[in-house]
Parts: sequence; C-alpha cells; structure tokens
Amino acid sequence: MKTKAGRIVNYILLSLWGLIVLFPFYWMILTSVKGYGAYNSEYVPKFFTLSPTMENYITAFTAVPLAKYFLNTFIFTVITTLLMMVVVILSAFAFARLSFKGKDLVFSLFLSLMMIPNELVIITNFVTITDLNLRNTFMGLVLPSVTSVFYIYLLKENFEQIPENLYKAAKVDGTSDFGYLIKVMLPISKPTIVTITILKVIECWNSYVWPRLITDDQNYFLVSNGIQEIRENGFGRENVPAMMAAVVVISVPLVVIFLIFRHKIMDGVARGGTKG
Amino acid sequence: MKKSITPWLCLLPAIAFLGVFMVYPLVDVVVYSFEEGYNFASGSFWGTGFYNFSYVLHDPFFIQALKNTFIIVIITVPLSTGIALLISLGLSNIKALRDLFQTVYFLPYVTNTLAVGLVFMILFKKTAYSDGLVSLLIQLFGGPSVDFIDGPYWAKMFVMCFYTIWVVMPFKILILTSALASVDPVYYKAAQVDATPKWRVFFKITLPMISPMVFYLVITGFIGAFKAYSDEVALFGTNLNAAGMNTIVGYVYDMLYGNSGGYPSYASAAALILFAIVFTITTINLMVSRKTVYYQ
Amino acid sequence: MKIVLKHLTKRFPNRNKKIKEDVIAVNDFDFTIPDGKFIGLLGPSGCGKSTALNLICGLEKPTEGQIFFGDTDVTNVAVEERGVGLVFQNYALYPHLTVYENIKFPLGNLRGENKLTKEEMDKRVREAAKLVQIDGLLERRPNEMSGGQQQRVAIARALVKNPKVLLLDEPLSNLDARLRLQTREELKRIQLETGITTVFVTHDQEEAMSISDVIVVMKDGVLQQMGEPQEIYDEPANLFVACFLGTPQINVFDGRIENGKVYIGDAAVLDAPGKEDMEVSVAIRPEGFILDKEGALECDFVNREVMGRDTSFVATHPAFNGVNIRAIIPSEENYDVSDGKVRFTLKPGKVRLFDKTTTERVKL
Repeated sequence: MKTKAGRIVNYILLSLWGLIVLFPFYWMILTSVKGYGAYNSEYVPKFFTLSPTMENYITAFTAVPLAKYFLNTFIFTVITTLLMMVVVILSAFAFARLSFKGKDLVFSLFLSLMMIPNELVIITNFVTITDLNLRNTFMGLVLPSVTSVFYIYLLKENFEQIPENLYKAAKVDGTSDFGYLIKVMLPISKPTIVTITILKVIECWNSYVWPRLITDDQNYFLVSNGIQEIRENGFGRENVPAMMAAVVVISVPLVVIFLIFRHKIMDGVARGGTKG
Repeated sequence: MKKSITPWLCLLPAIAFLGVFMVYPLVDVVVYSFEEGYNFASGSFWGTGFYNFSYVLHDPFFIQALKNTFIIVIITVPLSTGIALLISLGLSNIKALRDLFQTVYFLPYVTNTLAVGLVFMILFKKTAYSDGLVSLLIQLFGGPSVDFIDGPYWAKMFVMCFYTIWVVMPFKILILTSALASVDPVYYKAAQVDATPKWRVFFKITLPMISPMVFYLVITGFIGAFKAYSDEVALFGTNLNAAGMNTIVGYVYDMLYGNSGGYPSYASAAALILFAIVFTITTINLMVSRKTVYYQ
Repeated sequence: MKIVLKHLTKRFPNRNKKIKEDVIAVNDFDFTIPDGKFIGLLGPSGCGKSTALNLICGLEKPTEGQIFFGDTDVTNVAVEERGVGLVFQNYALYPHLTVYENIKFPLGNLRGENKLTKEEMDKRVREAAKLVQIDGLLERRPNEMSGGQQQRVAIARALVKNPKVLLLDEPLSNLDARLRLQTREELKRIQLETGITTVFVTHDQEEAMSISDVIVVMKDGVLQQMGEPQEIYDEPANLFVACFLGTPQINVFDGRIENGKVYIGDAAVLDAPGKEDMEVSVAIRPEGFILDKEGALECDFVNREVMGRDTSFVATHPAFNGVNIRAIIPSEENYDVSDGKVRFTLKPGKVRLFDKTTTERVKL
C-alpha cells in the first residue's frame, strides 16, 4: 500500500464493510423513531426522518411484556454468571494450585468434554429438566449452563502463570490455601476473570435455543424468545417501527457494555480463540 | 485426610454439573437413538435397532435440512474466511482510524442475532406496503422485484448466507488481525532488503506465518456452520420446515419440541448423524492441515 | 533464636525416572546456627543449599531429622505457623499490591490474640519501611521500582512480622555489581540493628565472606565446613573448601612428603618435620608466593598482569593441576624473566597440604 491510490482504495473498501456492518443498526434506530403511519406510507423507505417519535418505544413496553423479558434476562444472566464463576474458579484453583491423586486424569477428562457439541446433550437435558418439573423455572434455565470446561481451562492456565514463589511467599507470610486464592490469585487474575464474566454475560444475554425449549410461559421468556414472540404474534399487524424499537432496546445494553469494555472483550475473545 | 479431600470439594460442583448435563446425556443420546418407537409420555419403547436412523434419513424434511446446511457451509465458510483475510490485511496496512474500524467490525459479535435478524428480515422482505429496501435497490438498477424472505429458494439462501457471514465476520476479523499483528516485522524487513514483491511477501511469508490461525478459523467455521440454527430462525421464523429453510440442528429441535415434536429418539438419531458429519469433516480438515499448515 | 538441625536429611526421587536411586539434596545436617548471627550457606549451584533453606523455613518437609528453633521442635510446624521471614531471589512481591500493601500483607494474616489493630499495622509497616529506607515509596507498585528497591520491599515484608528467623535466598544475585556492594553493607546493617538470626544462601564466596559471621560450606548435600570466614579461608578442612574460597583461586600442585620435606617435582619447597611419606596436593594461595632468584620452585613464565596495587605473575609448571599458576606480588618488586623462568619461595602460612586420595587436610 505504498501508493496513494492504493491507500485510498484500501480505505474505501474498509469503509464499505463498515457500512454493511453499521447499516442494520442505523436502520433499526431510524425505523424505531418513525411513526406507524409514516412508515407504512413509504413505499420507498426514506433514509432519514424529520419527525422522530418515541411512541414506538412506549408501544414496545406496553403492548408486550418487554420489561418482563428484560427482567427475566437480567436475573438469568446474573444468576448464571455468578454460579458459573464460583464453579469455574473453584475448579481452576483445584487444578492449578492443589495437588491430588488423579489430577491429570480428571483434567484430561474435562478437556475431552470440550469437544462434545451442545446439540448432542441438549436432548437429554431437555428430558431431564422436564422430568424434574423444572420447565418454566429459572432453575431449569440456569442449571445446564453453569459449568464451562473452556473457562475452567482458560482460568487454570492463567492461575498457573502466577509465579510459584508468590505462593511460597504467601505461605511464609502465614496465608492458607483459600486465603491465597482470594487475596493473591483472584486479584492477579482479575483481567481474565473480568473477560470471562463479560463473555458469559454476552452469551447469556443472547441465548436462545435452550430458553426456547425450556420455556413456553411468557412469564419466563428471555429477550431472544421475546423478540421471536413479538415477531410472530406481537403488536397486532406488522407494526415494524414498534418491533424495531424493541430490537433497539434489547441491543442497547450489550452495545453499551461493549463500548465500555471493548478492548477487554476483544482481547478476551482473541485469547479465547487462540487457546480454544 | 483434610488435605486430600479439599481438591475434590473444589471440583465437586463442576463434576456434578458436568456429570448430569454432559456425560449422562452423552450416553443417553446414544441409548435413545437405538430405542425404537419410544413414547415420551409412557417412557416405553418396543424394540432396539437402527429404525430411528433409517426414519430420519428417509424423512424429506431431514433431507432438505441436510441440503440447506451443506449449502450454507460450502458458501459461507470459504467466503467469510476469505473476506475476513482481506479486511484484516487492509486493517494491518492502516494506522489512522484503525481502532475505530476494529470496533465497528466487532459490533455484530455482541448483538443479539435474533434481534438483528429481524432488521435483516425487514430490509429484505416484501410486504403489502413496500418491496423492501434491497429489492428496491435491485429494481433501481433495472433488476426484477424479489422477495428474499418468502420468495424463491435461491433468494432465501442468499439472505441466509449473507446474514451468516455478517454474523461470523467479527470473530474471524479479530483473530486474523491479531495473527497478522503477531508476525515479527523483522521478516518483512528482511524481505524488503531482498526486494521481494508484495504478492510474494504475502504468499511466502504472511500466509504461512498465520496459517495455523487461518486453519483454526476454517475448522471452527465448519463446525459452527454445521450447527446453524438461530440465524435461520431470526430470518424465517420458528417454522423453518414450512419455509423450506430448516437445518440439521433445527430438525433436531423440531423433533424434540414444538408442533412436530415429542420424538427424542428421532432427535437423538439426527443429532448423532450431525455429530458424525462434523467429526468426519473435522478429521479431514486436520489431515489436510498437517500437509499445509506451518507451525513454528 | 538459635536454630538447631539434628541429623537433617532430604531425599528427592530422581527426576530421571529410570534411575531408582533418590537424590540426596541435604545429607545428615547436624549443627547449630548460633543466635543473632548472620550465617552464609555457601556452595556451588545444585549443592542443596536452597533445599536446606527451604527446610528451615518449612516449605519442604525433611525426610529424616529434626529442626529446633531455640528449644522448640518445629519439624512438623507448617510454614504458615513457623514465623519465619523469607526473601526470595526474585523477591516474589505481589504485583497487584502497592509497596505499603505488600509489606502489610503478612500482618493481615495474624489471627486471634496476635491480631493487630489498623494503627498498629500502620506503625509496624512504617517502621519496617524506614528500616530499609523505602518510606518514601510506599504508594508505588513493584513494577515501578528498581531491582534494589524491590529487594528492600521484600526485606521489609519479611521483617514486618518480627520473625524468629530471617532467611534470604541469593539476596544479591539479581542486582548489578555496584548495587550489590551497597546492598551487602545494607544487609549487614539491618541484621545488626535487628539482631535477628539471619540465614542467607549464596554461591558467591566473596559475598559470603564479606557479610557472614559464620559460613557453612556445602557440596553435594554434604556439610564441608562451618566456621568464621577468615578461619575457613585460612584453615580449609579439605581441598574443595580450599578451592571454593578465595579469588584468584588457590594454586594446586601434585606433590609428596618425603623424608620430612614437601616436594613439588624435584624441588623441596617446605619442611614437614616428622610426617610420614605420602602423596599430597600442595595448595598455595596466590599471595603465598615470594619472588626469589634462588627459590626452589621454578616455573615457566607466561605473562605479567598489572593490576596497579599488585602484579599477577602467570606461569606454568608440569606438576600444576590446571592451566595457569597465578601468583600475586606487590607491584614494587621487580624480577628479570629474560630466561623465561620465574622462581619462588613460599610463605608456609599460605600453603596447605591435602591427602591425595581423601582430599582431607594434612596438618603440619
């Protein structure tokens, strides 16, 4: 890209892809502020609007229980992420710091589970949860996704990079194993823990398949199921602007999190990608 | 005694959850797939054998799903990897605005695919009020009016692949950009000293250096594309069979639950067939890579 | 607090799994480290000195034997309970904590009656920081400090809980030469001020000699000699100790005792009245040579290295064990080497004899 022309072509092509990525976002926001009547009267949709309105957002929250979906997703995300962090941290700690018979064997068994596709086990899990009468409960939603072998692996690797001498130093200073975990390992591994947390939050927020199988009561719908419900039955006849308002509302929290933590998230995904 | 029990207490939650929701189901799915005539309500079955597999393989909906899945895989994996490589190369050649571009490109990764799928549907769908933005654009250049969502098969497949690529690009661009950034610039300097032409630098230095990552993306790309499902739901709704756009995973879920559901045996058989396909393709990939990928 | 080691032994399984025999890192240590002294554990790398330190501190459990702090048997007391301070070779500072928090860390682990109030902790931290002269850097993080400063923090962290024993693992090896000299004096000062029994491990004999009250020389897990630095230098118990201490190294010749005289080749270099005839190694300190035209020990002259205060005569001799003999001579002395030869007489106090087969000292 030494020549000026080459550089310009490069920027144009990059911008083109940027446009393709951003356009759907622009369109959803634009459509969400168009009036119902105005939208339906545009045979050729306009690329801007001179009379933005918030009425679609009001419709989105009143005509369908969007707030309820939101709350459900929030509860689901918080519980799942917290439980998973506890499970993952304890396991990674055991693998990285404690020594016990059969550690290598158990760890390789864990690793081999990473290759099992979710689709294969979801059938039985569906039956299990149904048999336990946990359909349409948060328990049923949360339980199958509180363990991640991949995150255990990621955190264990991270824990093992902490120099052995720090452990010895802490021992000399009179710290117990768990004290060491809480006072030294966790603070040092904070970047990885934050990354895992964010990735899990994204995963929870966007999860669709399992909640769809396990909930048919609207009171337990997550946003993904909610949006599907809205698409198929909501807002009466084809109220596209209201639909888009709902889509904007659902997308905003993650986009905000992403913009705040973007370097952390991108680093985390890149690292996860390299190690996965 | 105290020492030896602590590690197991730490591992207990993970082992319990994995046992109940990973290991047991794994055994169970195989059992299901061989139980013929399994009745969900009574839990009874009348025989064991390969009937479930045979049923699934003769089911026209499954054949359609299989066909759709393969088309999606064959189109999206090479295309998305190639475009991602081009974009990453473009990114690695600029300084100004690079961070901005990277941030924008990553945006689809964090958005709810169901939600954004709805936007794509709006853009491509023909309704009583409008032909849809994309169709109008095509007409502007003298093309015919096409309904990409309820129209001909090729049109639906086009949207499908387009959306799939849109969704998988962020991850691929990110991985390739960091792979490119990790190539030691000293090699480029050395090549420059030897007056190596640009294309040769790319094929002889850059590509071999990042080939493990490219290969990683191809493998995960294949696996991911074979499991395509929620993107399809986002565009065409939950009744994928009616739209003729079902995928293997979609077929599994439909067999399990929903209007045509209640057949965990058929679902298990289909899931195992999917697993066998993915496993075979991945093995082939690994064999090919051994000959072509350069590892440091 | 004196430290008593009783028949202390540590075996490890061999890393090479094919070899069944254990590696003995510490072999039957049986001595007492006196109270309030600065002890140097000296030996070449891999001699088991770090293992010995780890045994005292409690990071390793001995295979056999016992350790006492004063009169208390601490052999089975866990490292957390043992109340020792340890400074690691690479300092092992907690990277996520500030200097202040690093030093405070051990105090936060005190429980029950030993628990300190915030004010007490603060006071102790500041005292320790002051002792090692880093009281101006308390808000920094380890990665914002130089190696020397980091080490001071590590020492302060080790001292803040008033340990019974202070242990230092190669305390100077990560510092540059200039800083090493300065830190040496600093360590000595801190030890004198606190009066705490301090054990440090080093492979550098000069370092050990310059700050230790007592040196313990080890080789292959076996104690070679224990004593004050000058005593060990002057009266080495065996050839290994003689060679390990002193720079330039002691010069070792093959020799023999015959008819009450010590011979190197044909030259009778020393009287050995009343000694039986035997094969010996004759070890001569570099400063033990005197230039003498009539001297008995005739060597082939190689080179003269001027060092200012002294001159080093480099020479060879057929009976010499090694490449070059080094003799250190005051610069003002002149010697004509035009015939390619240099002749010496020896200072008897700088010559030590060792049994050829056992390498043990043969006293005259």
